[in-house]
Amino acid sequence: MKLKTFILIFAAGIVCTGHAQQRFFAEKPVITFFSDGVVEDISARNEKVTSIFDAINGEIAYLMSVKDFQFSNKLMQVHFNEKYMESEKFPKASFQGKISGFNYTAGGKQQVKATGKLTIHGVTKTVEIPGTIEVTGSTLSMQSKFVIRLEDYNIKVPQIVWQNIAQQVEVSLNFLYRPL
Amino acid sequence: MKKILLLFLLSPCVVMAQNDLLGELEKSSEKETEYTFATFKGTRLGNGHTVETKNAGSLEFIFGHRFGAINGGVYEMFGLDQAYVRLGLDYGITDRLSVSIGRNSTDKTMDGYLKYKLLRQQSGVKNFPLTVTALGGLAYKLSPKNNSDVSADFENIDRLSYTGQLLIARKFTPNFSLQLMPTIVHKNIVESYEENNQVALGLGGRIKVTRSLALTSEYYFNFNAPDNDLLLEDQRQYDSFTLGIDIETGGHVFQLLLTNAIGLTERAFITETRDDFFGGDIHLGFNVTRTFQLKKNK
Repeated sequence: MKLKTFILIFAAGIVCTGHAQQRFFAEKPVITFFSDGVVEDISARNEKVTSIFDAINGEIAYLMSVKDFQFSNKLMQVHFNEKYMESEKFPKASFQGKISGFNYTAGGKQQVKATGKLTIHGVTKTVEIPGTIEVTGSTLSMQSKFVIRLEDYNIKVPQIVWQNIAQQVEVSLNFLYRPL
Repeated sequence: MKKILLLFLLSPCVVMAQNDLLGELEKSSEKETEYTFATFKGTRLGNGHTVETKNAGSLEFIFGHRFGAINGGVYEMFGLDQAYVRLGLDYGITDRLSVSIGRNSTDKTMDGYLKYKLLRQQSGVKNFPLTVTALGGLAYKLSPKNNSDVSADFENIDRLSYTGQLLIARKFTPNFSLQLMPTIVHKNIVESYEENNQVALGLGGRIKVTRSLALTSEYYFNFNAPDNDLLLEDQRQYDSFTLGIDIETGGHVFQLLLTNAIGLTERAFITETRDDFFGGDIHLGFNVTRTFQLKKNK
């Protein structure tokens, strides 16, 4: 009985230590989005994203302030925050999930898939996002492109400017990770 | 029992496996100072200014239009036969400093303003409850055409008036903003019953009804207004009052107004409003703005 307990504790110890982590922190994270409207194209860039990626178990999260999206047209930026994203009510956008198909030790450029919860405008959706990860020395470069439908996140575009704003937005993600 | 023990022993592992990476990011994210934005939709509240300035490199064209008084009756087509217009340009030199020029058909006035955001409402690392903007303005009357039409010793400098104003606003909620406007208007020459320096206090606000539509109001109380009981009807002066609706569509802001003022410079609407809003002398008016981004921000 005592032995069994001992084995149990020992086993638990192994499980715990075996759960090694190789954490990476994004150093130059950039998220941009683009939407081609009839009248004018809309694009913005956020360079203040934070992200952690665990290369062993594939867990990933990133977080940003919606207000940090920079537009070349500042009036558009105000409208984006005030009318569409309601940034005072919903200041953050985030993703939390797991990347599958990545093998850190294999190295090179790999096609991967992230599955998890994307939160925008206070609405959380489970999504599947394709992308690539390239291992270069000790750094990881992650890239991804995906499309967001405004409707899915309850982002309403008033009819009167409807022709100016497409109903979907293409998001590009470019993260450079370094070991934590 | 053993099972419970096993669970208990393994629990740290389970916790570890459920890494809350997002939670960690949230915890480590630095608290930043958040500046309040869009206290008002436009740079004008009704006739006068708001705390808002143009962003660096953006140019705004403002077309301000006031019709005649609605109580002019059918003969005046309820005021629609008359028009008082101001054409203006506002430009953001920096995000906090704007310059503005305009021409108002009322008294054929040329005007110019400098507007600087002194303090910004902010929360986060530093908190400040108000946005304070300073405004300085000049207005030059081009009418009457000849100095000699007024009097023998009337000079060009007498056509000039000055405005100094502090715009103090707070965005209480995303839908409700309030503004106070202590103002001084100096006129180089005045009628015998008027004072050269006139001090006024404005009060205004907006309530957002939908994301694109807001109700606004603006009132200026003139402390140095002459006593109307001693004056002829066309010399009487009333405080300017405005009720409006802001409608925003992309790069445009439409402001539909009901007001008793027809002039769009502070001299005109604070010190020379001849119509009584509450006596029914109400003018329909609108401001239409279009913003152009001249300089691209990096």
